[in-house]
Amino acid sequence: MSNSGGSLFKSRGLRNGLIVAGSLLGVLGTAFPACAALGGDTVSILADQSAMQGTRRTTPANSYTLHEIQAANGTVVREYQSSDGNVFAVTWHGQFRPDMQQVLGSYFDQYVQAMQARGSSTRRGRAPVTIQQPGLTVQLGGHMRALVGRAYEPGKLPQGMRTEDIQ
Amino acid sequence: MKTSKILLVSAACAASCFSIACGGGSKSSTDQTTITTTGSNVLSIQVNPGSVQGLTYANGAFASATVCVPGTSTCQTIGGLLVDTGSYGLRILSSAITKVSLPQQKNSSGDPVYECVQFIDSYTWGPVETADVQLSGETASSLPIQVLSDSSPMAPSGSACSPNSGLPSADTPQSLGAQGILGVGEFPQDCGGACAPGGSATPPDAYYSCPSSGCTASFENLASQVQNPVTLFPKDNNGVIVELPAVSSVAETVNGSLVFGIGTETNNELGSATVYTADPNTGNFTTTFQSTTYSDEAFIDSGSNGYFFPDPANPSIPVCSATSGAGGFYCPPSTSNLSAAVKGITAGSGTVNFSVGNAETLFNDNPNDAAFADLGGTASVDFDWGLPFFYGRNVYTSIAGATAPGGTTPYWAY
Repeated sequence: MSNSGGSLFKSRGLRNGLIVAGSLLGVLGTAFPACAALGGDTVSILADQSAMQGTRRTTPANSYTLHEIQAANGTVVREYQSSDGNVFAVTWHGQFRPDMQQVLGSYFDQYVQAMQARGSSTRRGRAPVTIQQPGLTVQLGGHMRALVGRAYEPGKLPQGMRTEDIQ
Repeated sequence: MKTSKILLVSAACAASCFSIACGGGSKSSTDQTTITTTGSNVLSIQVNPGSVQGLTYANGAFASATVCVPGTSTCQTIGGLLVDTGSYGLRILSSAITKVSLPQQKNSSGDPVYECVQFIDSYTWGPVETADVQLSGETASSLPIQVLSDSSPMAPSGSACSPNSGLPSADTPQSLGAQGILGVGEFPQDCGGACAPGGSATPPDAYYSCPSSGCTASFENLASQVQNPVTLFPKDNNGVIVELPAVSSVAETVNGSLVFGIGTETNNELGSATVYTADPNTGNFTTTFQSTTYSDEAFIDSGSNGYFFPDPANPSIPVCSATSGAGGFYCPPSTSNLSAAVKGITAGSGTVNFSVGNAETLFNDNPNDAAFADLGGTASVDFDWGLPFFYGRNVYTSIAGATAPGGTTPYWAY
């Protein structure tokens, strides 16, 4: 799996890499790595690409820009960036789910609390997950070796875009 | 409870009227199937509330396996294993293995091998151990299985199986809802090429080498990965048939069979079943529902406990409230009668009629019942034909790479 723009960040654990990453951290300021994809900006997309050791393809659409990251582990992550620069939706398809802390960013704690709240039912079964919270929807689906999912800010979709367009 | 009595009658008929089509008046029109109950390749399964105190599992089919120390007669039979055609490999809670001590698998460095498995709603973590596994009259010798445990050593930080990953573990009876998972789906291994040496630039978050200094991700040879037990049977090893009778709305329990092999014995012939081929990479096929096509994003999965699909929107189906105990399921004001088209990747097409009732009402009105024919819920971008799809159908699942009659594997047929 080749790496493109994210390769500067790639060599975590190597001393050289830490120096490079450290110097870039200085350039980018506090945006890296605390600020991650959902709700974040272009810097956060690059941080995701780096963390996934991925290659990235950018496709402009009418009301948003689609960034498709092919992670080193084969998973495809799509990040939808609105015209004001913020990421309002993230989707994934692949054998391995992306690091949810990385792709949910500031929404991660809300997601964790919602997941914990699910466990209280006495009716149990293994099933896809849908979390609908004010300002955040997270859905996990698929099956072993082919996981899918998406997370989005329901109120921040560009006008005319439907949730089923978040693929 | 009336419905469960009807069901018991039809189950008794299935047993006594062996090999005779069993179309009693209590059955729905989809139930033209016969449940095979005899043969060394037939494992009894039952949809029941499960084996975990305080939990009433909805739409879970459970079975027993006998696990033995390899090459010995030191064995333990463990029940309450969820029959899952959506995963591959046998996983058993550490707490359920009480009478045998299974050998830990070690890698070429002599270190213990552990595994992190990402499921839809949870993860499982624990050591890979080896067992001779008997399922009815079939034996998978020296089968690598995953033993589920949250105890040390733990997955490293950053793994999907670390405690701060966001998803809960399913390594306890309460969190798994079962004693284990019997994964008999479309693939021979639970990870495959992506975890094998050279399959990725770096080892993925799946198999781990765990010396005393801590666990690090490592590659795992295909043959050492946790295997679909069916693949290691000496015969009847190309797939399974899940056979469950029709359920009229609700039933307390349902008896059925898991038949090993497709077209390998007189009791597992493909017959007139239609073959729907699946994608050899994802194990998916295609479903079109209400003008939306889920291309290579649909699958048939006995381990999912309902029909799961995105809200059709026009008309929309309301979702149950998160506090109802049925969060994520659909709660229409009256039962919705729906239809979808299914299509194999290279062959097979058909129409499936199905119904989705109000999950909150179903659960509240039937607190002790396990089988719900009309249970449905939300999904994101895919269509999941869960256990209700199996009621009244004999569903064949063939394993990728194996030879089976009727088409190229992997496929489903029914």
